[in-house]
Amino acid sequence: MEIFKADVVIVGGGGAGLRAAIAVAESDPALRIALVSKVYPMRSHTVAAEGGAAGVKLPSDSLDYHFSDTVGGGDWLCEQDVVEYFVARCSAELTQLEHWGCPWSRTADGQVNVRAFGGMKIERTWFAADKTGFHMLHTLFQTSIKYPSIKRFDEHFCVDLVVEEGRAQGVVTIEIASGEFTLIEAGSVIIATGGAGRVFRENTNGGVVTGDGMALAYRHGVPLRDMEFVQYHPTCMPGTGLLFTEACRGEGGFLVNKDGYRYLQDYGLGPAEPTPRNKAMELGPRDRLSQAFWYEQQKGRTIEGPHGSVVYLDLRHLGEAKLRERLPQIYELAEQYLGVDPAKAPIPVRPAVHYTMGGILVDGLCSSPLPGLYAAGECSSVGIHGANRLGSNSLSELLVFGKVAGEEAARFAKSVAPGNTASLHKQAQAVEQRVLGLKTKTGGSERIATLRKEMAQTMEDGCGIYRLAETMQKTCDKLDELKARFRNVNVEDKSSVWNTEWLLAIELEYQLDVAQSMAHSALQRRESRGAHQRLDGFEQRDDANFLKHSQAHYVADGPPRIDYGPVKITKSPPGTRAYGAAGEKAERERKASHA
Amino acid sequence: MPEQQKTIEIEVLRYNPETDQVPYAQVFAVPFTDDMSVLQGVQYIKDYLDGSLSFRWSCRMAICGSCGMMINGEPSLSCQTFLRDYYPERVRVEALAHFPIERDLVINMEGFIEKLESIQPYIIPKEARTLAQGEYLQTPAQLNAYEQFSSCINCLLCYAACPQFGLNKDFVGPAALTLLHRYNMDSRDGGQAERMQLVNAEEGVFNCTAVGYCSEVCPKHVDPANAVNLNKTNSAMDYFLRFLAPKGGTK
Repeated sequence: MEIFKADVVIVGGGGAGLRAAIAVAESDPALRIALVSKVYPMRSHTVAAEGGAAGVKLPSDSLDYHFSDTVGGGDWLCEQDVVEYFVARCSAELTQLEHWGCPWSRTADGQVNVRAFGGMKIERTWFAADKTGFHMLHTLFQTSIKYPSIKRFDEHFCVDLVVEEGRAQGVVTIEIASGEFTLIEAGSVIIATGGAGRVFRENTNGGVVTGDGMALAYRHGVPLRDMEFVQYHPTCMPGTGLLFTEACRGEGGFLVNKDGYRYLQDYGLGPAEPTPRNKAMELGPRDRLSQAFWYEQQKGRTIEGPHGSVVYLDLRHLGEAKLRERLPQIYELAEQYLGVDPAKAPIPVRPAVHYTMGGILVDGLCSSPLPGLYAAGECSSVGIHGANRLGSNSLSELLVFGKVAGEEAARFAKSVAPGNTASLHKQAQAVEQRVLGLKTKTGGSERIATLRKEMAQTMEDGCGIYRLAETMQKTCDKLDELKARFRNVNVEDKSSVWNTEWLLAIELEYQLDVAQSMAHSALQRRESRGAHQRLDGFEQRDDANFLKHSQAHYVADGPPRIDYGPVKITKSPPGTRAYGAAGEKAERERKASHA
Repeated sequence: MPEQQKTIEIEVLRYNPETDQVPYAQVFAVPFTDDMSVLQGVQYIKDYLDGSLSFRWSCRMAICGSCGMMINGEPSLSCQTFLRDYYPERVRVEALAHFPIERDLVINMEGFIEKLESIQPYIIPKEARTLAQGEYLQTPAQLNAYEQFSSCINCLLCYAACPQFGLNKDFVGPAALTLLHRYNMDSRDGGQAERMQLVNAEEGVFNCTAVGYCSEVCPKHVDPANAVNLNKTNSAMDYFLRFLAPKGGTK
């Protein structure tokens, strides 16, 4: 086994991991940084983000507005002090990315342009056409090349953390090309491995989004917070779940049912107007839009397609020229994958799983309860998304909290003495034996793909847009069964070089743990809030009993233990979440009461 | 699924360095529907027919750049190439041409990463600016001068298409030269003089014989052939101006 000694090791080379690496490098060029990623960094799923990144830009906007939109959008399950910190730093971070070369779309006079996005009161979404995540990721990756202290471990798969003397002191990885193990020792560890959307059947996520870092932290005793909150994006490609960005609606697209009717006006989001109005209709928040789809389906007002019910995303009135300029990728996706010319015909869409609001419990400085362990980005729960994330807050989150995690992990690494290599090595060797065992054992009969598909189906059945105790319980039981069957998994491929079947088995085990944390957290939240909606007697938000964060604790060989932590309320007491005309009325009343 | 299910033959070039002397072809019968990509076909093989088949993939929507393969001899992203376009004939998938095969459909792309690192793919500011001063102003026309060249997803189809790279692995090649050009053309950047040394060098632009196949296979319309050939002009200009100015004639 190779041993590499770093000061800070970062697991995950997407937006948050790269931003963290640069922050460590800039805070002290003498620190050795190991950046571990199971894919080349530019393949990370940040690449697929389309619409944009939020940061106050216009004179008519304010940090208070961004704060209120975020906290209200999250159905008041946000850490308000963290949100306040976040909104105050978004624009500086987005400007930093501009200085590093990100090709932000511009206004005629050369300033960065902003567009409207769901649940946002004022246009504040910075965008690079409809490939914002792609451009941010490549800008960060290419900029990271400037820093000689960043040592990349590309296509290295992280199999465990090493924890000693009560603190995280490194990771164990497999080099995918050779199957060789490496122990990377470090004074601190940052997890930036992204979300876990692939535990669901129909999702927008890339194959890499398997919750690896969440599972690793969880198994080492760090709680996963608010895991029941999983975002369904309302406009996705039937069958594959590929994403049609919310920017389609930000630019003025309509959602219509089989009668050509803009049905969102029936769900408290109206009135329907010909041009987009912020926080109304198609620019409502994602949870509400996905829920409205579900009701339309119940009413028989959707269209039946080969991959289930759909509604139409109608962009025709925007015209080909604007679509090509603002939404070029969407144009091509519709043409190539669906054979639909969006300037001439509406695009069939349905909701699909998109984002994991919950994650590794960390404080506002990205520090987890396990000393030396930090987390940033979608894998973490720093507290800004609450029960429902607003579109374009997550790309800004990568930057703001990637930087914080990097700076904090650097500071921590400098404060601790080097670890005991001999005993860390011994631990790593035990990890190697365990992980190799998965590959070398014989006699298994369960196919990886079968278990994975059954997991994804039961998650969709039990933890979809609307939830019932009975089906959630079935999902919990099914996950128990799948975990038992996993012990009998068969890895046919015994080779060392590029053994992706072995890695898929390891990922599946991560996913089963993360799925369990989601299903049990969901079952035990007996209220409806944000993306967690129940139809079995708990249809209302229940602040008296559930204005609190769930925390799922790993239990070996059993279901997770769920307990709860407080929600930090600073200046926005829980109120009614209202959009459209009702939202505007509520805001006028709030203002009048403060006057 | 109401659609009639058909079966297509997929011929895959297999190679496991631990057991095989040379690559060999293996044929799988894969049930498919008209909306299935070649990637989905290959995934079906891995899931149900042979778990040992190795390939890279992730986003499924032609933006992560992982899943490039030779499909019936053409460099293609397997996620945006559809089985229906080959049926009822057999479709052949192989690792990208001109790269060493690590295993099955997985190529070794370290060489490309080194080239990318060598071109200084980051802004070397023309004028320093603090965050407090806000963004650099860049008009839509200035953005337009490089935006297309910034859309490269590093999928390497252009290298698999490039006959010169096939002959000379040291050629910096279409994607890396395009990214070099992308930074040179950025109004915020002042690093052109440094980068031109690589453009002019033996492994630089003059390797290109203007075949143009790179641009044809590019899934993102980046047009690397155009970027490379613009740099031939720049390089020639740089050569002549070098006699007049100490650091070359750029900017």
